[in-house]
Amino acid sequence: MAVCVAVIAKENYPLYIRSTLTENELKFHYMVHTSLDVVDEKISAMGKALVDQRELYLGLLYPTEDYKVYGYVTNSKVKFVMVVDSSNTALRDNEIRSMFRKLHNSYTDVMCNPFYNPGDRIQSRAFDNMVTSMMIQVC
Amino acid sequence: MDASQEPLPPVIYTMENKPIVTCAGDQNLFTSVYPTLSQQLPREPMEWRRSYGRAPKMIHLESNFVQFKEELLPKEGNKALLTFPFLHIYWTECCVSIREGRKRGGMAQSCSCVSSLLRKKEGRRRKEMDAQDSSSCGTVALCMESLSQIVCSCLCRCVVLSDPLKDSSRTQESWNAFLTKLRTLLLMSFTKNLGKFEDDMRTLREKRTEPGWSFCEYFMVQEELAFVFEMLQQFEDALVQYDELDALFSQYVVNFGAGDGANWLTFFCQPVKSWNGLILRKPIDMEKRESIQRREATLLDLRSYLFSRQCTLLLFLQRPWEVAQRALELLHNCVQELKLLEVSVPPGALDCWVFLSCLEVLQRIEGCCDRAQIDSNIAHTVGLWSYATEKLKSLGYLCGLVSEKGPNSEDLNRTVDLLAGLGAERPETANTAQSPYKKLKEALSSVEAFEKHYLDLSHATIEMYTSIGRIRSAKFVGKDLAEFYMRKKAPQKAEIYLQGALKNYLAEGWALPITHTRKQLAECQKHLGQIENYLQTSSLLASDCHLTEEERKHFCQEILDFASQPSDSPGHKIVLPMHSFAQLRDLHFDPSNAVVHVGGVLSIEITMYSQMPVPVHVEQIVVNVHFIFSDIAYPAKEPGTYTLRQLCASVGSVWFVLPHIYPIVQYDVYSQEPQLHVEPLADSLLAGIPQKVKFTVTTGHYTIKNGDSLQLSNAEAMLFLCPVESRAVVYSNTREQSSDAALRIQSSDKVTSISLPTAPAYHVIEFELEVLSLPSAPALGGESDMLGTPEPHRKHKDKQKTGHCMVTTDHKVSIDCPWSIYSTVIALTFSVPFRTTHALLSSGTRKYVQVCVENLSELDFQLSDSYLVDTRNSTDLQLVPLNTQSQQHIHSQQSLFFVWELTWTEEPPPPLHCRFSVGFSPASEEQLSVSLKPYTYEFQVENFFTLYNVKAEISPPSGMEYCRTGSLCSLEVLITRLSDLLEVDKDEALTESDEHFSTKLMYEVVDNSSNWAVCGKSCGVISMPVAAQATHRVHMEVMPLFAGYLPLPDVKLFKYLPHHSAHSSQLDADSWIENDSLSVDKHGDEPPDSSSLKSRGSMQSVCSGEHKGLPMPRLQALPAGQVFNSSSGTQVLVIPSQDDHVLEVSVT
Repeated sequence: MAVCVAVIAKENYPLYIRSTLTENELKFHYMVHTSLDVVDEKISAMGKALVDQRELYLGLLYPTEDYKVYGYVTNSKVKFVMVVDSSNTALRDNEIRSMFRKLHNSYTDVMCNPFYNPGDRIQSRAFDNMVTSMMIQVC
Repeated sequence: MDASQEPLPPVIYTMENKPIVTCAGDQNLFTSVYPTLSQQLPREPMEWRRSYGRAPKMIHLESNFVQFKEELLPKEGNKALLTFPFLHIYWTECCVSIREGRKRGGMAQSCSCVSSLLRKKEGRRRKEMDAQDSSSCGTVALCMESLSQIVCSCLCRCVVLSDPLKDSSRTQESWNAFLTKLRTLLLMSFTKNLGKFEDDMRTLREKRTEPGWSFCEYFMVQEELAFVFEMLQQFEDALVQYDELDALFSQYVVNFGAGDGANWLTFFCQPVKSWNGLILRKPIDMEKRESIQRREATLLDLRSYLFSRQCTLLLFLQRPWEVAQRALELLHNCVQELKLLEVSVPPGALDCWVFLSCLEVLQRIEGCCDRAQIDSNIAHTVGLWSYATEKLKSLGYLCGLVSEKGPNSEDLNRTVDLLAGLGAERPETANTAQSPYKKLKEALSSVEAFEKHYLDLSHATIEMYTSIGRIRSAKFVGKDLAEFYMRKKAPQKAEIYLQGALKNYLAEGWALPITHTRKQLAECQKHLGQIENYLQTSSLLASDCHLTEEERKHFCQEILDFASQPSDSPGHKIVLPMHSFAQLRDLHFDPSNAVVHVGGVLSIEITMYSQMPVPVHVEQIVVNVHFIFSDIAYPAKEPGTYTLRQLCASVGSVWFVLPHIYPIVQYDVYSQEPQLHVEPLADSLLAGIPQKVKFTVTTGHYTIKNGDSLQLSNAEAMLFLCPVESRAVVYSNTREQSSDAALRIQSSDKVTSISLPTAPAYHVIEFELEVLSLPSAPALGGESDMLGTPEPHRKHKDKQKTGHCMVTTDHKVSIDCPWSIYSTVIALTFSVPFRTTHALLSSGTRKYVQVCVENLSELDFQLSDSYLVDTRNSTDLQLVPLNTQSQQHIHSQQSLFFVWELTWTEEPPPPLHCRFSVGFSPASEEQLSVSLKPYTYEFQVENFFTLYNVKAEISPPSGMEYCRTGSLCSLEVLITRLSDLLEVDKDEALTESDEHFSTKLMYEVVDNSSNWAVCGKSCGVISMPVAAQATHRVHMEVMPLFAGYLPLPDVKLFKYLPHHSAHSSQLDADSWIENDSLSVDKHGDEPPDSSSLKSRGSMQSVCSGEHKGLPMPRLQALPAGQVFNSSSGTQVLVIPSQDDHVLEVSVT
């Protein structure tokens, strides 16, 4: 499953970022941050083509030797970025899409909480649990 | 001649391959038509209908015409498609008809050829075409025949080409028909043969789970198909074949990783011994292909070969950017697969392979695109650049090329091993100066060369990322570069990259990258000796919760160490922002309203929250106000509003500064002039008795020194009294009593001096004094009002108010204050507590003076020692007091009367000028410290000697005992002169005849209470002799209107003055007649005893007469004292009339 999941505000600061391995945390932060370049590119390209189709999934942002980085953008331009281990070949596009959809639903729940201020860091336990379920359990 | 070339060259460049068509028959004939044939065949496209529902395609056909030989026929089990003869043509020249030709030799030859094909027992088709020109001798016969249909269909496969070498329309027509037929037959052959091949291939693929199945074998088969498609220029189809192979292999690797191993795959798991990268410059890398064929290929070989084929096809398809994208995927994938298959790879080998491959792909793309295309597609290639940079970097680290000292022997050994794995440079790039091979070899050769190549690559990558707006990626590569520079001990070059990256992370709020980059920056700044920057970064890191406690302590300690160092240049301070060091939590003013006078002290209480991991001793915390440093508690200098701008905490030589305090914090400083207030303690001050007055000195900015005093210029009628024990109290600005002192007062005639106690600025001194407004000074006779108005008059030009019906007096005091050269003028208003009136009372000829004192104040007074004295001291007059008590109490709002009898020795008595005085003191108070002046009242009385006695008498009608209502009674008025001619009688009314004097008087009977109706004339003028005891009787009738004891009607007496006066000559007689009524100034409503009546009445009378200008006789009321009505107060009994009815009488 995912090794790093991030929710990034419209203004490109992280609302939520969590990774499985603490020793690689910094690396994932860099990776997710760098991937925003491609997200921006895809969104601006999507501006014309994909808006009508309501396609939120941005697909593979960029691969590295060890990881694949996927992106998803909500209509409010909040971005979801997911890092997946390259060796995990079982994950196909469809699985990634459904994971993003799950993430989006959970994020929507967070936004529906009247005590959550949009733009604040996400600290919802329900959201956290959902992300945990999407991550590899490292023993 | 192509057609006759043999043997066929081995398949190398598929682009140059063409489907093979074998030819037999008349060789010379074929040679003559060959140029036209090979030229014309590809000219027209044909539609190729495909099996399995694949879309039909338009295809230009070309062929390689070769002479038929037995060896060309495919051997048993040979799956080669490229060398497969798709069609056989038999050529013959004939002059006979088609039928004949068929019957004769042509057919026979053709059949012999077919039989040889049959002998091969090929399961393939053979086609023979027979064409015969029936008209001319230049006729060519072609025969094509399919093996299976040889008998039945051979006839329809004969095509006659008429006069092929001539240029005529007929020739053209026959060529077209021939070519169309040829193309159709070729395509039919392709469809049939490829279909069969594909079926076989699929069958082979289905067996892949069987033991002994070989991927390499299958690879060769499917590639054969790809070759054919490529040969037919169906690159898309060809690419599909390779992609299928790619996917199949990938799936095997994945399955192998999942434990589902295929035997043949272990073959690819042999250790990597060669890592010379992709070869993309040849359409087919025969070397690798053969190694696959020999089943000796490694995974990298297979992948490289596959990719090189895909690359070639993609470039044919004009899709170079897909090459770049696929290349990156491939490289990543290979690395993953080697890991997955646990292939042993020497360290760095893969890096070399990836590096070389990246550059090879990039150079290959650059070789087939122009600059503009490349520039506009950087987004596709930059990944490869970045990957190459990354790999070169890790090679550099691996081979010790990044360290300061250069590689050690171990590093060198490793480098040699890596270079050995590259092998020799391939011949196709041997002449290229910048080939990947040369680049890598050079880069690994020395520290300097490595640096050059690495910097080139890094800069190129950063530039490309920047140019396409991938700033974050550019910064990230820049950070690698910074790391490199730091390793190379060139922090000055690293700084800019670190700063750039940090700025980017800060702008987007990425905490962990910020922390990490800051840590790197701190090291860089430390090396650069940028103390201030280093300390600033350190302070940020020390408060960074993303760092471990140890790291935070380390950075905090760095600051403290610096702070405790003795500074080289004392006074030089390092200024750092405060927000990382501590947070301002709370700020309080004392006093809390933040208002303070000039010189006052305002305290600020500041609560700060330290963010440092260890306790820090802060020496001083300073608030910057208007950019002037001052202490936390400091005296305010100038009045105005002050804003707290900055906060500064100093630790040794380090200052932590909060540049802006937000929200804005302000305090006010005010300045105040010294002021003196004097105000009564009570609502109003009463004249004549001591009254308390409060003095308030507000010092303001002035400090009362020892010896400062208030100089009061004494007002003449007001005294300042100083109680012995009076004290001055000094209060602070906040009304806290700070001290008190006895008040010292020195008085001289002109000046009263009050010594003030010493007091600091912005204090208040309060003390009380008593003031006494002296009653009016004794009025001098000459100054008394000629009209005798008895009101008190002042020597000051006092304003006399009647607010509370009390007369007020203003006293102004001029006070000199020590702080000013100008005098302060204080006005005090005193109210006179009493109102005094007097009256002259008569009893016949005896006279009495009555004085009424009315207490208007709220206080009760004790009155004593009343005196009435004649101010002229005339011996003729004596005042005999009739008052019994010497001391009397007068309550608030009460009146007291005093009476004296006036006696005289000589008639007539002179006018009386007298002064009433009475001592008074507040009734409630005990003994007063000062003796109070008595209250005085002056007035004069004149013409009080009685001249006439008026007596009225009412008698019932004759025969009646009592008066009855409604019946006429007689009224007899008796006017008696009591004295001889006196000085007062000498006026216009006096007439003299025979030494007898008489004056004219007018009487008038008035009954104001309407008890009586006067019948007939109620008034009349009489001539009164001026002689003692002269009497005049007047008789008239009156009628009582009510029953009871009725007072007699009033009888009034006036002096009747003739109209002849100074003005009379101007008046005519008519006006007198017309103005019949008398101008009578009656003062019936006035108190008859008012001495003012006389003069006022006469004055008004005169005035009115003058005003009207009429020759009217004038009436002058006699002064009250001159007429005594002896019957006043008498009553007469009137009994009701006997009849009940009410009598109404109207009197006009």
